[in-house]
Amino acid sequence: MTEETKYEPIKKVSIVISKGSLDGIYPGLIMANGARMEGIEAMVFFTFFGLETIIKKRMNKIKVATVGNPGMHIPTIIGAIPGMSSFATTMMKKEMDKLDIPPVDEFIEMLSAAGAKLYACKAAMDMFHYKKEDLIDEVEAILTVGEFYELSAGAQIIFT
Amino acid sequence: METRVISGKTIEIDTDGNLADHTVWDENIALELAKELGIDELTDGHKKVIHYLRDEYKSSGEIPTMRKIGKKSGVDMKELYKLFPDGPLKKAAKISGLPKPKSCV
Repeated sequence: MTEETKYEPIKKVSIVISKGSLDGIYPGLIMANGARMEGIEAMVFFTFFGLETIIKKRMNKIKVATVGNPGMHIPTIIGAIPGMSSFATTMMKKEMDKLDIPPVDEFIEMLSAAGAKLYACKAAMDMFHYKKEDLIDEVEAILTVGEFYELSAGAQIIFT
Repeated sequence: METRVISGKTIEIDTDGNLADHTVWDENIALELAKELGIDELTDGHKKVIHYLRDEYKSSGEIPTMRKIGKKSGVDMKELYKLFPDGPLKKAAKISGLPKPKSCV
């Protein structure tokens, strides 16, 4: 009989969401929420286009990427037809609703109520000329990369 | 199947340690299971969630998602995390005498 290695359970995750498409942000949101459901401490850092998830005016306008996304199984030239992205987004939202996965704004509320900490990336804020007022209230703070690493102490960092 | 004694009764449990048969469940079993999970007393809030889960499971055969519980049980998301710390859905399902939940949200 071989002895099985016993690993320490994960206690904290620090998830980075860097993409601004619906298929880019949901995996990170689902994993952060799933962590809280398991009693794992969770923080989410929104950077680059992922920042739109926590921008009041943008959060509910995020769409599925139909161009340059081989997983969609549609040729790029068709994916580029006006309306394709909206169509794919509607389809995906319907499927997610069946699984009881909420829309972006409700998902953020849920994460916050679950005790996940949400942070905006300072570099991305500056780059896209966003101000603190553009962020939703659930955001704890705007962090530099250094501060992000500091707060991630003891966490597994997951980049999405 | 494995058995164990909970509140004086010999009860079958599944591989996750949850009750194998939800119909043998009663409030004494719930309280003992809750204590093992670090919840010392079952308040009205706990009971609302437990009965909601059991009713839903009986009618649909599935354990509702956190989102649904937060909306329909009368206990909101924040409170759910307070009542069942460190794993609300898993703990609530176990205390309710139901199997381990399979949903991701």
